[in-house]
Amino acid sequence: MVRDVSFGQYFPGKSIIHRLDPRAKIIMFTAYLVIIFCTFNYISLAITTLFTVFYIGASGISPKFYFKSLKVIIFIVMITSLLNLFYGPGEPIWQWWVFKLTVNGINRALFVTVRIVCLILASSCLTFTTSPTELTDALERLMKPLNVIHFPVHEIAMMMSLALRFVPTLLEETDKIMQAQKARGADMDSGNLITKVKALIPILVPLFVSAFRRAYDIATAMECRCYRGGDGRTRMKSIHMVKRDVIAFLTLALIICGVILCNIFIPAVI
Amino acid sequence: MNFISLQNVFFSYTDVEEQQNKKYALNGVSLDVKKGEFLAIIGHNGCGKSTIAKHLNAMLLPDSGKVYVDGDDTSDEDKTFDIREKVGLVLQNPDNQLVASIVEEDVAFGPENLGVPPKEIRTRVDNALKAVGMYEYRKHAPHKLSGGQKQRVAIAGILAILPECIVLDEPTAMLDPNGRDEVLSTLLELNHKKNMTVVLITHYMDEAVLADRVVVMDGGNILTQGTPDEVFSQVELLKKHRLDVPQSAELAYRLKGCGVKIDKIPLNNAECIKMLEEVLR
Repeated sequence: MVRDVSFGQYFPGKSIIHRLDPRAKIIMFTAYLVIIFCTFNYISLAITTLFTVFYIGASGISPKFYFKSLKVIIFIVMITSLLNLFYGPGEPIWQWWVFKLTVNGINRALFVTVRIVCLILASSCLTFTTSPTELTDALERLMKPLNVIHFPVHEIAMMMSLALRFVPTLLEETDKIMQAQKARGADMDSGNLITKVKALIPILVPLFVSAFRRAYDIATAMECRCYRGGDGRTRMKSIHMVKRDVIAFLTLALIICGVILCNIFIPAVI
Repeated sequence: MNFISLQNVFFSYTDVEEQQNKKYALNGVSLDVKKGEFLAIIGHNGCGKSTIAKHLNAMLLPDSGKVYVDGDDTSDEDKTFDIREKVGLVLQNPDNQLVASIVEEDVAFGPENLGVPPKEIRTRVDNALKAVGMYEYRKHAPHKLSGGQKQRVAIAGILAILPECIVLDEPTAMLDPNGRDEVLSTLLELNHKKNMTVVLITHYMDEAVLADRVVVMDGGNILTQGTPDEVFSQVELLKKHRLDVPQSAELAYRLKGCGVKIDKIPLNNAECIKMLEEVLR
């Protein structure tokens, strides 16, 4: 069940997006987050949406996977847009019981939907095209200045990459434990919410015990391979900003300028 | 030349304070490992064979006695990482040894820790993956590989450190027969072609037969050692300590018990067929 979710997965590939510097991708993604919430009229919204679509197309990953990652959040999108739809300020154009429909509400609902969808698509695009190791590497490098205030940058990056590495392994293990408990007669599918949650205990306890045991093993294995913290460590894949990263930044800068200009010259609709 | 030398090593997992009924995992073990040899250490669970493995690369330090690796004392803390660079240890569970989400990045982990320049890491990783026959899988995710493949990647991860000796603590215990064959043929090749010193800890007698020298452990001490021929011809001694012998040796032993005259105990199928031919003639 957990395995169907494609959000957060990595698909190896050779597209231009795959080859972008992961640091550039993270910075662009953060900037994009800000920009998408600074769109106040349809033109700027359209610009940012087009930008997203362009990047998704360039990533060379089947749209099927993007739809899959959207499926997860469909409820959140529906609820937030419905709330916005019926509770916008202004003159109601249609009213029934506590529901009142306003022009502003419709606009808001549309904006929220498009923004969230774009957000998920963009973050999917980031994780689909960047391997977890690249991501944590890039984060480590981006956060390096924090070392000055004794923030354990390397340790946190290492923890993140180990956690990401063991997600599939632990999922597999959860499956196994579930089957083992079912074979012993555990009932996990019937009853109300509370009984269902209680039924999880016999799965979580062995899972935690084995996770700790695993952690101990991993620590031993890492020590055997001469691990001694981040000092003096080198990386096989050194990353450099190249021309294509600059171009990517330029496209983003263009979009930012476009959105700002739109906001100045075109009246806001929400 | 002895590459690794254990001298009267005692080791206990219990606290130092508990002097009474202290149980030693290693009970005065002395053992030498020569450069370029393929040594197998066998014994049943709890006989101290894994404890020995962890002594060979300074993961554990002896309570008393000394362990020397290439002349360096393992209890010298300044030398710990030098020793781990020379002696690589592969553990039992392949899943818990792979630390990165991509095969080649995992293999690079060791040299990265050593501060090797990026370009050299690349060549080391490629060579290590080629040596274990996993080069085509370099971009794969470890959790999608089979057990034998994972264990070969783990071996590559150690090889990339460029050790002089590789110690394997029951590397095949969690693998199916195919995976076991993959790992063993990789080890034999490393030993023969690259002259790598291999210490294989196992409880499969069929694996021990492949080694140059076999050490049998029991109760924290060495029971007997010698070439596979020498060791497995002592069927009675091994049986007394509840250890298996290879099937063909078992057959020869039983035939002997029935009064059949057998000169040499066979250790593999081919030798066994030859023996049977001679017996039946």
